[in-house]
Amino acid sequence: MSSETLERLADSQYEHGFVTDVEQDTVPPGLDEDVIRLISAKKGEPDWLLEWRLEAFRGWQQMPVPAWAHVHYPPIDFQAISYYSAPKQGSDGPKSLDEIDPEIKKTYDRLGIPLAEQAFLAGVAVDAVFDSVSVATSYKGKLAEQGIIFCSFSEAVREHPELVRQYLGSVVPTRDNYYAALNSAVFSDGSFVYIPKGVRCPMELSTYFRINAKNTGQFERTLIVADEGAYVSYLEGCTAPMRDENQLHAAVVELVALDRATIKYSTVQNWYPGDKDGRGGIYNFVTKRGLCKGVKSKISWTQVETGSAITWKYPSCILRGDDSVGEFYSVALTRDRMQADTGTKMIHIGKRTRSTIVSKGISAGHGQNAYRGLVKIMPTAEGARNYSQCDSLLMGAACGAHTFPYVEVQNPTAQVEHEATTSKVSDDQIFYLQSRGIAAEDAVSLIVNGFCKEVFKELPMEFAVEAQKLLEIKLEGSVG
Amino acid sequence: MIEISNLHASVDDREILRGIDLRIGAGEVHAVMGPNGSGKSTLANVIAGRPGYTVTAGQVLYRGRDLLELEPEERAREGVFLAFQYPVEIPGVNNLYFLKAAVNAIRKHRGEAELDALDFMERVQARAGLVKMDEAFLKRPVNEGFSGGEKKRNEILQMAVLEPTFAVLDETDSGLDIDALKVVADGVNALRNPERAFLVITHYQRLLDYIVPDVVHVLVDGRIVESGGPELALALEERGYGAFGRHGGASRRAGA
Repeated sequence: MSSETLERLADSQYEHGFVTDVEQDTVPPGLDEDVIRLISAKKGEPDWLLEWRLEAFRGWQQMPVPAWAHVHYPPIDFQAISYYSAPKQGSDGPKSLDEIDPEIKKTYDRLGIPLAEQAFLAGVAVDAVFDSVSVATSYKGKLAEQGIIFCSFSEAVREHPELVRQYLGSVVPTRDNYYAALNSAVFSDGSFVYIPKGVRCPMELSTYFRINAKNTGQFERTLIVADEGAYVSYLEGCTAPMRDENQLHAAVVELVALDRATIKYSTVQNWYPGDKDGRGGIYNFVTKRGLCKGVKSKISWTQVETGSAITWKYPSCILRGDDSVGEFYSVALTRDRMQADTGTKMIHIGKRTRSTIVSKGISAGHGQNAYRGLVKIMPTAEGARNYSQCDSLLMGAACGAHTFPYVEVQNPTAQVEHEATTSKVSDDQIFYLQSRGIAAEDAVSLIVNGFCKEVFKELPMEFAVEAQKLLEIKLEGSVG
Repeated sequence: MIEISNLHASVDDREILRGIDLRIGAGEVHAVMGPNGSGKSTLANVIAGRPGYTVTAGQVLYRGRDLLELEPEERAREGVFLAFQYPVEIPGVNNLYFLKAAVNAIRKHRGEAELDALDFMERVQARAGLVKMDEAFLKRPVNEGFSGGEKKRNEILQMAVLEPTFAVLDETDSGLDIDALKVVADGVNALRNPERAFLVITHYQRLLDYIVPDVVHVLVDGRIVESGGPELALALEERGYGAFGRHGGASRRAGA
């Protein structure tokens, strides 16, 4: 009876599994140079960008599919995926929030995304990406007064080509890795943020991603540049409908922080994880990297990964500027047949650079959770410091937690610390809380939230609440 | 308040309780003493509803209701409390936060409004004084890194805050030095009142010097073999449990 308590994994519903009925403009499945030319043409891109894409594609064709991650899935047929899907609209996309397809607006309403101008009250400016294109960006005008650029990637290519050209691929080169190369070749939209010198962005900026169309991949690209002394906090949320087949999400996020700039990037990822038996779900193969280019710059990643059939991502920091700081706070939950291989890379180049890694992995059911991290201290990184902490929490007997920490120190003045723990949510703990009047389900979320606290406190307030709720929903039925 | 009749219970198909009869009235303190393996902790766990214990016969009535059909959390909300022999650690969960969740779960069940942060703090601070618990403990994760004595005091604090009607103390004295024992006993004594009943389970007579029971029961081999006043505890101390082993099993275990 006691082990049964932990092992019974009932069905908690995936709340965001609805499909929106809109007319889609979708390119037939398949990938070759013509498809890339077509995507580029649809977006009316300049030649240099098409060339950049083709160069990435040629690189991708020669690259082997990476097999080193601790995840298992059948080979992906890249020719069976459609690489562009957009809701059909008038010629050039919506001009204002009022022009958005009411069906799409409804979708975002159901997701609780404050797309409408009331969002201002919430202090969040939202760019919503629906399948491949960016449908709305709120508060653009308000932000523009301070010189802040927050728009869809396509618009940035049109309106601010010099900035895009300067920074695109500067942190994640086109041939960085297999999925980054694929993204570079076919990315269809995403968000672009530029915070000018000395400006502190007055509100949280946010992108909401949603995959709707069938058999499509989503390949968005986010580029955030914080100029000298600037500050920005950026949030990213993701959902997808329930579908039996797997869908590919291969995004690239590049962050650039110049002298004394700070970028805080938070993610709550809730892609459809597939059903109990592992049918369907999103393959979340994402490259996220930040460059602390300037002195005393800081990049902080916080992620709460609760969805996707497979998660493969390592938000990283290249600490090039002297005294720059990199942080990575992560909660990754796997249940049913979900697999996650996630972690970070902290590359210390500048003097006195510091990094902190706090990773919390939760595995339930048959979930497999791996932390993979690299701390690399280059010879130039005099006095660099790193602190890493990787904790795993297991629920039940069929799940797994794995830790792969890599440490390379090439400077004797560096200090590197690593701590790791593995614990189980025990029947004794649950019973203890029950015997104080707390229901079993609440007991589990209390234990899990306690486990994740260090990470949740890094999230912006309203996001922390959402993340906490999300975990509760996800763990419903994890114990009897 | 609590009526246990012919209670049989087993763990892993091994029968531990072999027909317990016990009635405790409101305002009474009963002590159950017995050698190791006699079933003392099993009795406590069956009352609290711990998974893994199977009741094979008999019943437990609590204020006229069948206690055994309630989930552990429902028993707690109805006013049953178990002070654990081995309180578990819950890393990352703040002691205060945990207590507040417990208090409010119980209040909600009673149809009372949740306590706000200030009222709750006031209540906890008053009770913490009762068990001489430093406020710093309140902010630490539940039992994490607590010494044996601190864990036991934390149990009594929880009892003081949750205000149960029927409290079971499972060998709360084990592992305590004399000072900690006094603190725990003082805490329990302060909570004694005409509406509240206690079942104090202990291996040694020592605790009963400080918590003076109304009735003492001797549990041997899964049965209550003798009941009496506080003087019974003293007699036990002199004669040992061996004198009570009807099947000889108890004395063998006591000697092991």
